[in-house]
Amino acid sequence: MTGDIIGETGTALINILFLAILFVVAIAIARLRSLFAIVMLSGVYSLVSAAWYILVDAVDVGFTEAAVGAGMSTAVLLGAMLLTARTAKPEKPLKRIGPFLVCFAAGVMLIYATIDLPALGDANSPANAGVGLTYLQVNWFDTGVPNVVTSVLASYRGFDTLGETAVVFTAGLAVALLLGFGERSLAQTLKNTPKPDTRPAENRKASEPAEKGPAS
Amino acid sequence: MIMRVVAKCLIPLIVIYAFYVQFHGEVSAGGAFQAGVVLAVVLILHSMVFGLSATMRAVPPWFTRSLAAVGVLIYAGVGVWALLKGGNYLEYQALFGEPPGGHDGQHAGIIIIELGVLCAVSGAMTTIFYALAGRVAEIRDEDW
Repeated sequence: MTGDIIGETGTALINILFLAILFVVAIAIARLRSLFAIVMLSGVYSLVSAAWYILVDAVDVGFTEAAVGAGMSTAVLLGAMLLTARTAKPEKPLKRIGPFLVCFAAGVMLIYATIDLPALGDANSPANAGVGLTYLQVNWFDTGVPNVVTSVLASYRGFDTLGETAVVFTAGLAVALLLGFGERSLAQTLKNTPKPDTRPAENRKASEPAEKGPAS
Repeated sequence: MIMRVVAKCLIPLIVIYAFYVQFHGEVSAGGAFQAGVVLAVVLILHSMVFGLSATMRAVPPWFTRSLAAVGVLIYAGVGVWALLKGGNYLEYQALFGEPPGGHDGQHAGIIIIELGVLCAVSGAMTTIFYALAGRVAEIRDEDW
């Protein structure tokens, strides 16, 4: 019994620790102006929230967050950062009041809504009592797949997953159509490997007369 | 130098892990979406260590974008296969004409569509990365 209490306090402490880290990182992201640091911190945010998801037994969500949020989107955002300015423009302090009020009101409403949430792992909560329970009961006879997440995703809701796959494909296609397929840089490096040599030559041509000018 | 050696050791391990996640999606956490992203991250790591043009020579952009399209086609093709067998679209039970309770069609269907999702996700993610990173822009030293 005491072991249970110690375990629960430990889990609660780790929960509080993770959420505190998330809070600090979010504040830091909101206050920073350097886009590089913001991208890195958002990767940290994703990684910490992935660890927190695993702590509350949402393993699949945590795995996806770690792979997509911390790995993929950080790399994509770094790539996107190369195309724009490196620092965000500072805003006037008066302009921040409106967004702050909106965030504050939304936060208060969310905290108010958590009062009605069922406890973690509550057997009588709607998520565990209704359709979820039915899937758990019929899944083994229907599909013979041990992981109910996979069988729901791929079999019961195969249409949805087909749609998701099409969405991912369309997203890739749209980015490629907007930005080009990135083959230009490959063609540039393949076509003229002396390309790095031409730029210093031009610089030299531009700078040499300026240096020689005062001498002559 | 150290980066290159470490990356050369890590890349095969990460690829194996991606396929582990892919083929154990039926019994444990993860699945084709995660495996596809992990595969794309391997290419990003490769391009960060060895340079983008080396990665583009190893896995050319035309290959990644066709891979994405082929993945969606594989997924949709399983549905058409079920249609041809007389079932509903994407009804895995009809793939081999089994009675209810038979699971071969379910297993085969899920594995094939997960392969399709793997191809589509890794192809699309790599295409996005190539499109963004392949722009001719250099990061300057003072920006780091």
